[in-house]
Amino acid sequence: MSDKTTQQIAFVAEGMIPESPPPAREAGAYKWVRENLFSSIPNSILTLAALALIYSLLSNVLPWLLNGVWTTSSLAECREVLEGKAGACFSVLTERWHQLLYGFKYPTDQYWRPNLALLLLLIALAPVLFFDLPRRLLAFTAVYPFLAFWLIWGGSILVPIVALLGFVAAGVVFQKYGKSSFAAGFFGAIVAALVIWKLGGLLIPDAASDNAMLSSVPSRDLGGFMLNMMLGVTCVSLSVPLGIALALGRQSSMPFIKWICVVFIEFVRGVPLITLLFVASVMLSYFFPPDATVDLFLRVVIMITLFSAAYIAEVIRGGLAALPTGQYEAADSLGLDYPQAMRLIILPQALKISIPGIVNVAVGLFKDTTLVSVISMFDMVGMIRGPILASTEWNGVYWELLGFAAALFFVVCYGISQYSQWLERRLATGHR
Amino acid sequence: MKNTVILGAMTIAGLAAGAAAAGTLDDVKARGKLNCGVTTGLVGFAAPDANGEWKGFDVAVCRAVAAAVLGDSTAVEFVPTTGKTRFTALASGEIDMLARNTTWTFSRDVDLKFEFTGVNYYDGQGFMVPKELGVSSAKELDGATVCIQTGTTTELNLADFFRSNNISYEPVPIETNAEAQQQYLAGACDVYTTDASGLAATRATFDAPDAHVLLPEIISKEPLGPLVRHGDHEWGDVVRWTLNALVTAEELGVTSANLSEMAAGTNNPEINRLLGTEGTLGEMLGLSADWGKNALAAGGNYGEVFAKNIGEDTPIGLARGLNAQWTQGGLLYSPPFR
Repeated sequence: MSDKTTQQIAFVAEGMIPESPPPAREAGAYKWVRENLFSSIPNSILTLAALALIYSLLSNVLPWLLNGVWTTSSLAECREVLEGKAGACFSVLTERWHQLLYGFKYPTDQYWRPNLALLLLLIALAPVLFFDLPRRLLAFTAVYPFLAFWLIWGGSILVPIVALLGFVAAGVVFQKYGKSSFAAGFFGAIVAALVIWKLGGLLIPDAASDNAMLSSVPSRDLGGFMLNMMLGVTCVSLSVPLGIALALGRQSSMPFIKWICVVFIEFVRGVPLITLLFVASVMLSYFFPPDATVDLFLRVVIMITLFSAAYIAEVIRGGLAALPTGQYEAADSLGLDYPQAMRLIILPQALKISIPGIVNVAVGLFKDTTLVSVISMFDMVGMIRGPILASTEWNGVYWELLGFAAALFFVVCYGISQYSQWLERRLATGHR
Repeated sequence: MKNTVILGAMTIAGLAAGAAAAGTLDDVKARGKLNCGVTTGLVGFAAPDANGEWKGFDVAVCRAVAAAVLGDSTAVEFVPTTGKTRFTALASGEIDMLARNTTWTFSRDVDLKFEFTGVNYYDGQGFMVPKELGVSSAKELDGATVCIQTGTTTELNLADFFRSNNISYEPVPIETNAEAQQQYLAGACDVYTTDASGLAATRATFDAPDAHVLLPEIISKEPLGPLVRHGDHEWGDVVRWTLNALVTAEELGVTSANLSEMAAGTNNPEINRLLGTEGTLGEMLGLSADWGKNALAAGGNYGEVFAKNIGEDTPIGLARGLNAQWTQGGLLYSPPFR
């Protein structure tokens, strides 16, 4: 059988045929286009339609962008320069950029202060966001809020120092007594902080702010994108811990704590943010005497923080619910007490699951900070809608201003989104 | 400026009387600064310029009052308020006076417990149409589509006007003035209606303002003026007579150019009383004798303020119309300084 076969075979290949290039229609750009854009008739039609749409968009937008006028001092002059051609009037940005970024009342020669605060913010955030960095950098993060407060608001440096000392004292007391009894440590810490603040307040002379190193800037003078950033960063960083506490409280077996958390979350989620802002700006002024009101910025921060904390709490509750009961039981069986179990076993896993949701809330919150324009705070949108569009020079410029605002918000929100995706990849432990 | 005031009414009811403890004049003097509520931005009436300085027709009233009380027209803290926060800001004492193109109506004066101290601009609802429509009177607008801001009294005025003239219209509801401009220019409606001053300001921003006309009919009364809390009459008098001083000065020919000359003393006793060289009017108000002179030094008389901010030489280009002196056929009529 085998002999017969070998005799019948006339040709035996003695080596590999040299590789030849694939046919032209199966390689390179041609193949990609054919497979992705023109693989079938409906697909081809869609491709052509999309191309036509892109062309019509670009042919309208590009001349408008490229013809943009950057140097005039009013919309009427822009129109004179353009002579009826399509073109953007970007002059409004070159003339009013500082108002868009810092508001119209922040002293012009002090712009370096918020700039420096922003730079330091990046340094302070780095160890929190990227936990491969040395942990010692967290010390700067702890000091940063007080430093930023001093930089942006100015005034006496004693105020943030006393505030910092209050927190340090609270931390020390908690370390000392918290080990034996949580309640003793917790309430002792609060008392210690209050005592330090009260004493410090008495020690700071009334006129300390008058000849301070950095001139004092009242909250009312803050504005522009700076205000959005400040509200966004402050509220997100305050509402995440508060949200975790609320989520844990809602799962608690202690009925009193549980019901407080449930009522709070359900109440805040049932009320629109804009209502809370109106309460902050309008109603609260009735509860305080006219001369002793709480700073409007602080009121707004509190309201936005409470609002987003309720949402974050629900996101984290979802993360907690996603964990198998076995995880809780495993923690118990190891003999861990509640704080240890939460810190070491439950929360690391629950928070990892919750990351997309938390980032979603954070991005939404950052954009919601523009709502403060309705309570006459001049954030970026407030600046555009109010002073800039109401000036005789620039009334009627919409696309340029709102496009600029959209671009700034997009950059920040896209950055947050990219970070969260990196974080998810970094924390992936292969459960899928 | 005519949004519903339900929110304000709810929160103010009952509280205004308590908050309006007498002595705003003393408070302002002690503070050394006037807290004046203005709009967050309305072309010609109040807006900060590129340097962050508030300018405008309503702003000039604040500055005149500050100059009269404190002798310094820059001693003003401008508190921007929206249509929704303005009344609570005033009632709660956050601001001493409100100069925010607010229409003087019965319910605001009586029910919300405020005191309107005069009228600094007589406005009214008007119509704007493209010239090519060939319309010369609002009564020819039968069947027109009309862009109208929802939730304002302009909506009600419009319905009344068309019904009483037995003609029909198609409303296009819009939310803000900015949206209205876009809709109107895009041809979504034939007519845009709102306050005449707002129409003029809007038209001034158009690419080709001459292609649009304002129709002669004014279908509502919108007297805009500064207001203070009810019950503090000393303070109300200061604001009222500062505004009257600006009006009277125009009537008597006192301008910022000849102010110092006139303040040296003239043959006209009323000018002398106004500028404080004769009589004790300032003392009666609880102010210095030269309060009137200071108020006029802040920005000139009513006519000058009008011409500088919204008059015919500005891009807004409003004619004096109803806001001319009574001697010129307008409604400005200040009681005598005597």
